[in-house]
Amino acid sequence: MLEILLDATVRAGTPILFATLGAIINERAGIINLGIEGLMLIGALAGFSGTYLSGSLLIGVLAAFCATFIAGSIHALITVQLRGNQIVSGLALTMFGVGVTALFGKGMVGLTIVGFKRVAIPGLSQLPIVGKAFFNQDVLIYFSFLLVFLIWFFFYRTRWGLGVRSVGENPAAADTCGFSVSKYRFFAVTVGSGFVGIGGAYLSLASTPMWIENMSAGRGWIAVALVIFAGWSSPRAMLGAYLFGGITAMQLRFQAMGTTISAHILQMLPYFFTILVLVISTQRLQKGASQQPEGLGLPYDREDRK
Amino acid sequence: MVLSFHHSLCESIYIDCHMTDILNFENIRKTFPGVIALDDVSFSVARGEIHTLLGENGAGKSTLMNVLTGLYHPDRGQIRIAGEQIHFTSPRDSLACGIGMVHQHFMLVPAHSVFENILLALDNIPNFYSRKTYKQKIQKLIDEFDLDLDLDTPVWRLSIGAQQWIELIKLLMRDCQLLVLDEPTAVLTPQEADRLFNVLRKLKQQEKSIIFISHKMREVMEISDRVTILKKGRSIATRTRGDFDESTLASLMIGRDKVPQWQKTLQMSDEIVLDIQNLSVRNDRGMSDLDDFNLQLKKGEILGIAGVAGNGQKALAEVLTGLKNTNQGRILARQKDITNSNARYSYIAGIAHIPEDRKSIGIAPDMSVDENLIMKSFKSGSFRNWIFQNKKAIRQNAEEKIEQFAIKSGPDGTPVRYLSGGNIQKVIIARELSEHPAVLVALYPTRGLDIGSAGYVHKVIADGADRGMSTILIAEDLDELLKLSDRIAVMFRGKLIGYVNPRKTTREEIGLMMSGETPGDKA
Repeated sequence: MLEILLDATVRAGTPILFATLGAIINERAGIINLGIEGLMLIGALAGFSGTYLSGSLLIGVLAAFCATFIAGSIHALITVQLRGNQIVSGLALTMFGVGVTALFGKGMVGLTIVGFKRVAIPGLSQLPIVGKAFFNQDVLIYFSFLLVFLIWFFFYRTRWGLGVRSVGENPAAADTCGFSVSKYRFFAVTVGSGFVGIGGAYLSLASTPMWIENMSAGRGWIAVALVIFAGWSSPRAMLGAYLFGGITAMQLRFQAMGTTISAHILQMLPYFFTILVLVISTQRLQKGASQQPEGLGLPYDREDRK
Repeated sequence: MVLSFHHSLCESIYIDCHMTDILNFENIRKTFPGVIALDDVSFSVARGEIHTLLGENGAGKSTLMNVLTGLYHPDRGQIRIAGEQIHFTSPRDSLACGIGMVHQHFMLVPAHSVFENILLALDNIPNFYSRKTYKQKIQKLIDEFDLDLDLDTPVWRLSIGAQQWIELIKLLMRDCQLLVLDEPTAVLTPQEADRLFNVLRKLKQQEKSIIFISHKMREVMEISDRVTILKKGRSIATRTRGDFDESTLASLMIGRDKVPQWQKTLQMSDEIVLDIQNLSVRNDRGMSDLDDFNLQLKKGEILGIAGVAGNGQKALAEVLTGLKNTNQGRILARQKDITNSNARYSYIAGIAHIPEDRKSIGIAPDMSVDENLIMKSFKSGSFRNWIFQNKKAIRQNAEEKIEQFAIKSGPDGTPVRYLSGGNIQKVIIARELSEHPAVLVALYPTRGLDIGSAGYVHKVIADGADRGMSTILIAEDLDELLKLSDRIAVMFRGKLIGYVNPRKTTREEIGLMMSGETPGDKA
């Protein structure tokens, strides 16, 4: 029972994990991206179409990354180069994503592909309880484990990562040290958006190997909230994503067991917890345990008189 | 063009024929929307020279240095580095020429560790760097200057003085040939400033050039080889050591501006109007801004508060004027507890410095002078007819105040943001004093003002004392405190260290107290 629940937790948490990691990269460079929901949909459709047309799952994932990389560069252009309002641009990106995928996804509705298969890692998958849940999964899940570590390593052990973090904290300081604020921000927004796209692709290539309109169903918004819960750190994003995955898995389990609680109430649970998490983490923010990048949401203009 | 180049060459030859110029500025002009920040500035810096830029606030010193470091593009004029004409498109280009600057507002990332902040400034380090190697390299330099810096501490935990050393280390690690220091002593005790000057002299011996920006005459006299005076965006004179003294520099800097005269009479009574007991205030980061702080203010007294910036002065002003709440302790006004009561607002008035960006000041920048002047009293009967504004009374009030405080307000209805810093300060003073408060809290009231306006602020405070108003004057310039105060209280890390008598004390004594030594320790 616990094994099955844990397995469902990881599978439900992975798309949210990718999206949260992508959003963390964005926000670490100081750019708020509220387009995560739209980017996930674009990634889901691009991933499904890529795989359907080519027959290769790898090409599907790459297509998802590239499509959201391009969509993210719109946000980057507006917020970094043109110093536009990040909130408005992000919301527009979500609306754009919902609309454009509904339009181009019409032809893909009802088609099927062969999705990602489970690959057991010899040895590790035999571990009690956690073995099946973490080491008898598909390749994308293993990639998400690796990505959590890679992002941490990038931020804390490389000069580029230091640059990205500094640009998000105090762009003027990074600028006077010779870092190009716009280059680093542009890079963070586009690459971060690309990872969000892979999260979308996970939905249409692994969770349910098909394209359904608006299939992200608010997971992008959960990711936006999770970034704050995770305190902008990738290992804690993993914890948060699985927490939400667990709630989703549990409510599905309850429904399957046929409780008398209305299905609508159960389906509400993840979103209810999102609100709860935001309340708790904002209170923590006010108490001063803030990890929030100081330059978050602020456009940088070198000649703005300080 | 050729002529002007020769002209500046001749100038430097005249000073010392062996000196070679590392930097030449020629006819630099820089405008911002509606403001001419630099009109026509020319000056040069020789190798191994400490060259001081002297000028009032707003004379263009910082703007000029931002042009040098590539943050601003000049509209006109030329920059030559070692004789070669240069166009900077970003700070990167300027760094590549060996120019480094310690900005007045530090360019540090507060959330990052000391190590990461210094690492950020280094170029030519590989993307996958070895933490151990670079930690050792940086530690070596820290040891060389005998500094007490832990590489893993986040910068926000450090004192402002320590943060300044990090900025300096950043430049030294890069091996900069021309160092710019923008008002570095504003955040140091006199003793720390002496230590900084020793480091600067050492760097000078290594043939490095230093541009030193200050408006404290004493320091300028002590350290400069040459002084260039800026006034209203123009370079008006350059003087060599031996060719200047305090009074010539001051007269060049101020020119014909009139400084209001005032006379302070000593008429302090022993009645205590404000008694602060065991006050503690914690900031957003959970650290104590004020820690068991005690202070007594007498009627008609100007009580100066001395201390290095960041030792709780701002929190004190914010608590007294009601912007912040206390965690512990009491504030008594004539034995009445007003700690968290609204009585604070009418009993205590506050003024603070006017920041350059006009963003966080005690006025509504987009509203007119008339409206800003009644902000404290708009509810009172005289300015309203039932629920409507009484425009006529508001206008009349404004005319009176503009006349009384000599505010240059421009045409009626001009948003306050377009006024000069000095005039904005006058609007705030006029408003705050309109209700005749018993206590005035002045937080760096003259920072950013030209000398004429600063003199006016002093006059208002002194006149207020004559009428029996008590003032808590928080300032960073010891000379200002010594001149104006009846008593000086010294703060360190949110605690009161002690009181001194400005007529009897020495700068050294205050300096020691500013670094936390209680007067008794000396013996």
